[in-house]
Amino acid sequence: MTSAARAVGTLGRAVDEGLVRIGEVATLIGRASAHLARGRRRLRHIVYQVLQVGVRSLPLALVMSGFAGMVLAFQFGYGLQRFGARLYIGQVTVTAIFRELGPILAALVVGGRIGAGIAAELGGMAVTEQVDAVRALGADPIERLVAPRLIAATIALPLLTIVADLVAVTGAVVIASFQYSVSPRLFLNGVYEFVTMGDFASGLFKSIFFGLLVGAISCQEGLRARGGTEGVGRATTRAVVAIAVSALAADFVLTKVLLSL
Amino acid sequence: MNESANAVSVRGLKMSFGDHQIYDGLDLEVRRGETLTVAGASGTGKSVLLKLIIGLYKPDAGAIFVDGEDVVPLDEQALRSMRRKVGMLFQGSALFDSMNVGDNVAYGLYEHYEWPPEKIAARVAECLEWVGLPGAQAMAPADLSGGMKKRVGLARALAPGPSTILYDEPTTGLDPFNTRRINELIVGLNDRLHVTSIVITHDLEAAFAVSDRIALLDERRIVLVSDIESARRAPPPRLAAFMRGEESPK
Repeated sequence: MTSAARAVGTLGRAVDEGLVRIGEVATLIGRASAHLARGRRRLRHIVYQVLQVGVRSLPLALVMSGFAGMVLAFQFGYGLQRFGARLYIGQVTVTAIFRELGPILAALVVGGRIGAGIAAELGGMAVTEQVDAVRALGADPIERLVAPRLIAATIALPLLTIVADLVAVTGAVVIASFQYSVSPRLFLNGVYEFVTMGDFASGLFKSIFFGLLVGAISCQEGLRARGGTEGVGRATTRAVVAIAVSALAADFVLTKVLLSL
Repeated sequence: MNESANAVSVRGLKMSFGDHQIYDGLDLEVRRGETLTVAGASGTGKSVLLKLIIGLYKPDAGAIFVDGEDVVPLDEQALRSMRRKVGMLFQGSALFDSMNVGDNVAYGLYEHYEWPPEKIAARVAECLEWVGLPGAQAMAPADLSGGMKKRVGLARALAPGPSTILYDEPTTGLDPFNTRRINELIVGLNDRLHVTSIVITHDLEAAFAVSDRIALLDERRIVLVSDIESARRAPPPRLAAFMRGEESPK
């Protein structure tokens, strides 16, 4: 077999595996949704999971978004200054934060953290037969383990994105004021006049979708874990990589769709 | 044959994981109320047999009757109801790390019954008493020794009131004191609750201590079944070879 044929074969297997994974994640979302539609919710479990994935990720969201907002203001201020448009720094920076930076950074950084936690926890349960024990005791792992985490990630990520947006804007206000002499009042007036609720809502919609992806991918990878602690490590790595790639791909599609509305 | 005469009947079981064939026509009868040990070397599929009986895996072919009902064609919903009748003690205990001992033991009760919290608490206390751990409800699994974990796992398996209990290597990794304690528990619980027990082990001393009969799993099927007294007095050649750690005579 030629090296070209081998490369095509490898590519084909990778595409095949990727499609199987997408199918598995979609099936998992479908099965978990079916439980939720039948009203088999356990509020206590869901609240616990929201607190687990949300509150524990809050410090990371605060630090990450603060620095990201400041960096973005630095870069936009630098570019706008070259065109004599420094005073528009508020409008441009906040639009970018609301529409893009807040949701995608939250998905990549906070979502990665949440996903790694879920994949490691479920992976640990899978390799120590705890998932088998859930089934042996008459419960459905999709209902008991997956559905609460899926809802929690779908609720927590948008909430963390809102917090990240606010902290990033605060960071941008600070940089605009100290670096480019644009007062907070001028910055916020520009935001008030130019930035719409639609900008904020489109980012929030993206983050809901990213939250669903984070929950589903990490649960799927965790439940697939095999082979002891090494298997848990592999599952966690796969989950983080898959979350990053799928969030960026979904962001591309969602941006195109939302801009055309 | 009337399948309901036995607690568990396995007929013509075939199963493979990928290219690796585990069973090729395995048959086994477990009488109601007896304790049967399935012995065999590591990697012969002893644990998989228990997971097939409780419906965690599906075989490629064959039938598995539990209380006269073939569990192989059952869907997940029907299997969940069936599992009230079958409790399982996992090899590593498989306690839920995020829950305390009480919640672990109560888990199956919440799934199978709609009991008030006081009744569930009373049942949990009773089961922990049976396994010699009264008042351990608030302890975390991480704070338990290996032997205590096994006993909590056993209390959890017993709580829903199963008629059959599956023990997957109940004494593996335990010191002699805890091994004896678990063996006494198995015998004591059988006398008290009149359950059917299937014990998977490669520890023949433990097998002789707890069983009424012993079966040997080798070459992808059950190659012999013997009552425990005969096996002790004059073990069949295959069992004798297994006890000596030798290759099975063909």
